[in-house]
Amino acid sequence: MITRSLSALARALAAREISSVELTRLYLERIARLNPKFNAYISVDEEKSLAQARAADDMLAAGQAGPLTGIPLAQKDIFCARGWLTTCGSKMLSNFVSPYDATVIERFNAAGTVILGKTNMDEFAMGSSNETSHFGAVRNPWNTECVPGGSSGGSAAAVAALLAPAATGTDTGGSIRQPAAMCGLTGLKPTYGVVSRYGMIAFASSLDQGGPMARSAEDCALLLNTMAGFDERDSTSLDRPKEDYTRDVEKPLAGLKIGLPKEFFGEGCDPDVMKRIEEAIAEYRKLGAETIEVSLPNMKLAVPAYYVIAPAEASSNLSRFDGVRYGYRAPEYADLNDMYSKTRAQGFGEEVKRRILIGTYVLSHGYYDAYYLQAQRIRRLIANDFVEAFKQCDVIMGPTSPTTAFRIGEKASDPVQMYLSDIYTIAVNLAGLPGMAVPAGFVGGLPVGLQLIGNYFSEARLLNVAHRYQQVTDWHLQHPAGLD
Amino acid sequence: MKQWEVVIGIETHVQLSTQSKIFSGSSTAFGAEPNVQANAVDLALPGVLPVLNKGAVECAIRFGLAVEGQVAPKSVFARKNYFYPDLPKGYQISQYELPVVVGGKVAIQLGQGDDLSEKTINLTRAHLEEDAGKSLHEDFHGKSGIDLNRAGTPLLEIVTEPDMRSSAEAVAYAKALHALVRWIGICDGNMQEGSFRCDANVSVRPVGQKEFGTRREIKNLNSFRFMQQAIDYEVQWQIAHIEDGGRVEQATVLFDPDTGETRAMRSKEDAHDYRYFPDPDLLPLIISRDWIERARSALPELPAAKKQRFVTDFGLSAYDATTLTASLEVADFYEATVVVAGKAAAKPCANWVMVDLAARLNKEGMELAHSPVSAVQLGGLVARIADNTISNNIAKKIFDALWNGEGKSADEIIDKQGLKQITDSGAIEALIDEVLAANAAMVAEFRAGKEKAFNALVGQAMKATKGKANPQQVNELLRRKLA
Repeated sequence: MITRSLSALARALAAREISSVELTRLYLERIARLNPKFNAYISVDEEKSLAQARAADDMLAAGQAGPLTGIPLAQKDIFCARGWLTTCGSKMLSNFVSPYDATVIERFNAAGTVILGKTNMDEFAMGSSNETSHFGAVRNPWNTECVPGGSSGGSAAAVAALLAPAATGTDTGGSIRQPAAMCGLTGLKPTYGVVSRYGMIAFASSLDQGGPMARSAEDCALLLNTMAGFDERDSTSLDRPKEDYTRDVEKPLAGLKIGLPKEFFGEGCDPDVMKRIEEAIAEYRKLGAETIEVSLPNMKLAVPAYYVIAPAEASSNLSRFDGVRYGYRAPEYADLNDMYSKTRAQGFGEEVKRRILIGTYVLSHGYYDAYYLQAQRIRRLIANDFVEAFKQCDVIMGPTSPTTAFRIGEKASDPVQMYLSDIYTIAVNLAGLPGMAVPAGFVGGLPVGLQLIGNYFSEARLLNVAHRYQQVTDWHLQHPAGLD
Repeated sequence: MKQWEVVIGIETHVQLSTQSKIFSGSSTAFGAEPNVQANAVDLALPGVLPVLNKGAVECAIRFGLAVEGQVAPKSVFARKNYFYPDLPKGYQISQYELPVVVGGKVAIQLGQGDDLSEKTINLTRAHLEEDAGKSLHEDFHGKSGIDLNRAGTPLLEIVTEPDMRSSAEAVAYAKALHALVRWIGICDGNMQEGSFRCDANVSVRPVGQKEFGTRREIKNLNSFRFMQQAIDYEVQWQIAHIEDGGRVEQATVLFDPDTGETRAMRSKEDAHDYRYFPDPDLLPLIISRDWIERARSALPELPAAKKQRFVTDFGLSAYDATTLTASLEVADFYEATVVVAGKAAAKPCANWVMVDLAARLNKEGMELAHSPVSAVQLGGLVARIADNTISNNIAKKIFDALWNGEGKSADEIIDKQGLKQITDSGAIEALIDEVLAANAAMVAEFRAGKEKAFNALVGQAMKATKGKANPQQVNELLRRKLA
């Protein structure tokens, strides 16, 4: 049961082979037993989960079930869920119980899914290894000495360790795709504006985008069907007709034009990882796709531009965590300014503080033009590079991350090395494009993820391209050992 | 002694009269219990997002059209970052580089009667922003309370060029702006509740000098009287300070109404770096031609146009037309009296509204909106003067009767109290004969050359008719009889 796809679980629930309560208990039991090993969840609330499961069983019994009714899911702790501790991986929110539901949570609740728990993450989604969490590092189920990637590391580890059938993540610079790649999952970051950001705690507003993390492209499509859609509470949400993201999954790939950016295939990537990527591309040729070289000449500017824009927005977004209305407040302080500085000094971790400082600096009077405006110009150049590339191809492919999962502690002391872990994913966020990570083999027992990048709103096409590959490969069906 | 020129620019925060806040659905009503009008967005809970209230934009468009400014086809909301307990997000959403209204002008009237002159104050810009909450420093035993009911209330900040040259001009501008925003229905103008707050940037320079002096900004002037006092004090202070060999440092100052003095609150060195940047949670505000045209057609006739019409159609003087267009309320009241009294009586209608009614309202401390005499009643009264049914003196009595609710209309009171003017010259002549017979001594005095005695005889005759005779007619008949 625990290795079944979402549609198989839905069939089992519909056939009364298992009830939602039984399925939920099955996972809760596994979480209770195995979570201490991986630290994938920050909070679990059996009562709440089972209440939802009972309600789902009622929906199933009443014949009101949708495609996901009764299925338990892990929710990244960045999504506000009413009555749930919602920490965003930070001491600052270690006591924050959300009084409201994020739009994504509201949609999942309406669809009858069950919240299994809230997953661990890098603090305020700032990190690529899940080591910046106030609640401790998450361990990669494929090798517990290694990181799961980040920032959606808890979600990735939960699904990889079979502690949830699927999960949500958020991706600001690669935070869905990189941990999905490192944990052998399929993850999708949609086009900016497809999934509502309301109730998703903001890191960098112009880059943040929620999306599914699951075992297959098909599962991702099912989840996206529930997550996506216009939300009038998010002004950056796009008012487009509702789509069925599963509609094209089976379409043959003959004639598919795959663009291979030369900037993705030069130095900087581990040769063994690159080998897996090239093998995956060869598999696509067998499926009838053709490949052409394209160029993204401004790729090298993506990381520096990102590390201006994202911290700038973050420095402002995180100002609300001031100890005044909710969240952590320093126990002792002399006056208002002392309360602010002690609260923020004690409530935020090192990486968050580093980014607040960078962001404050680049927005300061006299530096704004040189950093922030310049970075915005680069952002447009990068987006234009993709527009040009997509005139020649349907989908772009390359590695998701230059390495497989690294060892816990290996890069923790070197922020720049850590930032380079997202070298292939960041440009996609800057351009606002959809991107996916798809399991494409192993190096030294650790998963490698192929990255697919599509044009705006081409999620259905990307899911199709990923799904056809998953029909002829079984990388996504592999599980780590020792999960019983 | 050097002559000094005063230079003043004004920034006004106008609270827009929308039902809900600028970026959330909470109510903007004044006076609720603390924090009951603050929802998740106003409290800046983690994850919440702003959604722009189109009603606030509509107000900005109306204003832009009314001042003949340019309504920007594209403007941008920016974050102004600073920490304060009543600023829940740690930033205020405002507009910085691209405001919703660029330019514009407000005409002000200076002087009185024949000395009336007009001056144009140019606007730099007007931009939309959200208000902060309130910090309450009383009743918390050494702590501060925070009330976020006001947080997120829509404001239009209107900034002038440094065009004013005296406190009188500054006050005239503030009054004209106050009237205008009420006129076009975007602000209730309630200064006690903070709906209309001015900051005055004041500097002085020797007459003839081109460069501006260093300015100090007087914050939060919430009455016209305080504005005048504050600017006058500030100007005196700056001149004295410079003449004593000092230099004015750029600063923010507060006016203390109790002492009548301004006092520096923070200097330029403590000025915040607000780190403005475009708010990534809000798309640029795009205002279509079509939206502007719809707003234009929904605007009432503006004060300048109405004033011009009063002069050309009703033959009013510029001064009267200005006074009667001081607010939409007054203008509407006046026009309603003219409708009843007839266009030919437009001038006496003006006098009644501006003089008699205004004086009475002022005496009773009442607002026009609560006048016991309605425009229709007043128009009916003026109509009876115009058609010679009653004299002006009787009219004043009838006005009092209407004020006291002694009748529904002037006609009713005239009938009930038999106040109809006596115009039958036969009847008046008979009365005059009686008066002459009874006052032989006065007649003799008059004939002896004492003009005063004539007036006394007119008075006696009017008394005998209980004031109902046409005074002019009495005059003429009396002269004839005594000739």
